[in-house]
Amino acid sequence: MISEEALRLRRVNWRIFFRRYGIVISFLLLCLVLSLLSDRFLTWTNILNVLRQSSINGIIAVGMTMVILTAGIDLSVGAILALTCVVTADLLQKGLPVPLAMLTGLALGAALGMFSGLLVSRLHIPPFIATLGLMTVSRGLALTYTQGRPITALPASFDFLGAGSIGPIPMPIIVAGLIFLIGYFILARTNLGFYIYALGDNPMAARLSGISVNKVILFVYALSGFLSALAGMVLTGRLDSAQPTAGYGYEFDAIAAVVVGGTSLAGGEGSLFGTLVGALLIGVLNNGLNLLNVSALWEGVVKGAVIALALLLYRAVK
Amino acid sequence: MKKFLILALSLVLIGGLLASCAPSQPSPSPTTTSPSPTPTAKKITLGLVLSTLNNPFFVTLRDGAQAEANKLGVSLIVMDSQNDSAKEASNIEDLISRKVDAILVNPTDADAVVPSIKKANDAKIPVFTIDRGANGGVIVSHIASDNVAGGKMAGEYLAKALNGKGKVVELEGIAGTSAARDRGQGFNEVMKNYPDIQIVARQTADFDRAKGLSVFENILTAQPEINGVFAHNDEMVLGAIQAAEAAGRTGIIFVGFDAIDDAIKAVKDGKLAATVQQQPALMGQLGVQTAVDYLNGKTVEKYIPVPLKLITKENAP
Repeated sequence: MISEEALRLRRVNWRIFFRRYGIVISFLLLCLVLSLLSDRFLTWTNILNVLRQSSINGIIAVGMTMVILTAGIDLSVGAILALTCVVTADLLQKGLPVPLAMLTGLALGAALGMFSGLLVSRLHIPPFIATLGLMTVSRGLALTYTQGRPITALPASFDFLGAGSIGPIPMPIIVAGLIFLIGYFILARTNLGFYIYALGDNPMAARLSGISVNKVILFVYALSGFLSALAGMVLTGRLDSAQPTAGYGYEFDAIAAVVVGGTSLAGGEGSLFGTLVGALLIGVLNNGLNLLNVSALWEGVVKGAVIALALLLYRAVK
Repeated sequence: MKKFLILALSLVLIGGLLASCAPSQPSPSPTTTSPSPTPTAKKITLGLVLSTLNNPFFVTLRDGAQAEANKLGVSLIVMDSQNDSAKEASNIEDLISRKVDAILVNPTDADAVVPSIKKANDAKIPVFTIDRGANGGVIVSHIASDNVAGGKMAGEYLAKALNGKGKVVELEGIAGTSAARDRGQGFNEVMKNYPDIQIVARQTADFDRAKGLSVFENILTAQPEINGVFAHNDEMVLGAIQAAEAAGRTGIIFVGFDAIDDAIKAVKDGKLAATVQQQPALMGQLGVQTAVDYLNGKTVEKYIPVPLKLITKENAP
C-alpha cells in the first residue's frame, strides 16, 4: 500500500524531473528529427563536429551560468575573448614561450572579468551596464591593438589546444568536458557553489547570513573572463589566427545556452547540466541548418522558431 | 573605500581617453598638395574627404586621386575624418566655406553624412561619393567597386579551373548586405551558363573566419564530394581551407574575395586558388576624373563602377 505522503513525493519528483530534464527531451526530439531528415547527421564525424563546434560556446556558457545564477549577466565575454586572443597571439609572435603567453592571456581575461566584478560589487553598477561598458572598451582595444588586422601563423604547440586531438577526441571537446566537470564540482560540492545559489536566491539573506557577497561576485565575473580567454585560445588554435573581430555575438549564444538549459535569469535556480544540453541544442541546430542547406534568409527564422518550440515543449510538459 | 574606487576608476578612464586622443594625426589638418596661393584664371579645386587614412586601402585611394589631380592640373584638398562622423561634418563644412568646386566624400556612415551633403547641396557644390554611398542628399555620381563584376570574375575563374563541371559550394556573406548580394548575383549569373556545375550547398558564414570554419565542416560532412568553393570574402574561405585541411579533404579549388594579406599569402602557398582584389588607386583616379569631367560640362553616369582584378599565383604581389 502506498501512503499519501509517498504519492505526493512521487508527483513532486516528476515535476522536478521535468523541470530539470525536460530540455533533454526537447533535445533528443530535435536529434531524432534531424537524423530522419539527413542520413549524415548520426555519423561519427558529424557527432564530433557538433561537439567540437559547441565546445567554445560551452566553455563560455559555464562562466555565464555562474554569473546568471547570482542574478547577474556578462555581456563582455565575446569582446574579452577577442582582446585576450589577439594579445596572446601577438605575444607568441614576439617570441614569448607558449605557456607564458597563454598564462598572460588567461590572467588578462580574469583581470578584465574582475574589473566588471568590482564595478558590480563595490559600486553597485547594474551588471548589464558594467559589462556592456567593458564589452565596448575591450572590443575597441582589440581593434586598436591590431589595427583591425588578424594575427596569423602561430606556433604548432599553441594550436594544439584548438586543432589537436588526444586519440580520436579533438582537444576542444576535452577542454570543454573538463571545464564542465570542474564547474559542476564547484557548484554542487563546495561552499562557494552554495553561496552562488544563495546570492542569486536572496542577496539580502545571503549578506545577513555572513556570506562575503562581494567576493562571490568578484569570483563569478573573474571566472567568466578567464573562461572567455580560454575559449578564445581554443578558437585561435582552431583557426591558426587571432581575429580582433572574433567572438562577435558570442554573449548571446552563451546566454541562450544558459537560458535554454533552464537557468532562471532572475538567479538562484538552474544547473550546469541544463547549460550543457542548451549548448548542445544550439550546436545541433546550427549543424542541422547547414546539413539541410537551409537558405541564409531563412536561417534566423528557423533557428528562433526551433529554440522557442523546444522551450515551449518542455514548459508544457512541466 | 567606495569614493576612492570611484576616483581611481575615473582617473583610469580619463587617462584612457587622453591616451586614445593623443597619438595619431594632430587634428584634421588638411594636406593641401599643389599650393596655389595665386589662383590664376579658374583653377579647379576639389575636396576629398576620406573616412580614415589609418587604413592602407584609403591611403592608396588618396594616392590614386592625387596622381590624377596632378595629371589634370587641378588642386586637391585631402581631409581625414578619422572614422568620426562629427569630424567628417566639420571637414565638409570647411570645404564649403573654402568654396571648393566639388566635394568627393567617402562617408564614415551612409546616414550620418546626409546633413553635410545637404549643406553642400545648398551651397551649390556638387557632391560625389566614393566606395561607400550616402542614404540621402543629391549625389552626382557614386564611384565604387563593381561587386557584381567581381562575382562574375570569380565564377568564370572557378568554372574554367573545374573544366566546366563539378560540385561547388557557395559561402555567402551576411544576408541582406549589398556586398553579399552583388557578389552572389555575379557568381550565380555565371554558374547558370555551366549546366554541368552543380551548386550543392549555399550557406551563409557571415563574412567571419570562425563561422567559415564551422559551416564548412558541416558542409563537408553533408557532401562527400566537393570540387570547388566560392566565398563572398577571404575570411570565410580561409576558415573553410582550415576545415578542409583538418578533415584531410584535398583537391578542392578555393576562390575568395578582397585580397587581404592572409589571402595573398595563401595564394602564394597554393592553398587558395584565387581572390578578387579591389583597386583603390583606380577608384581615386576615377573619382577625380569624374568630378573634373562634370565640372567641365560633360554628362557623367550616376554610378561609376570600378573594375576589379583577379589575383592568382601567377600575378600575386
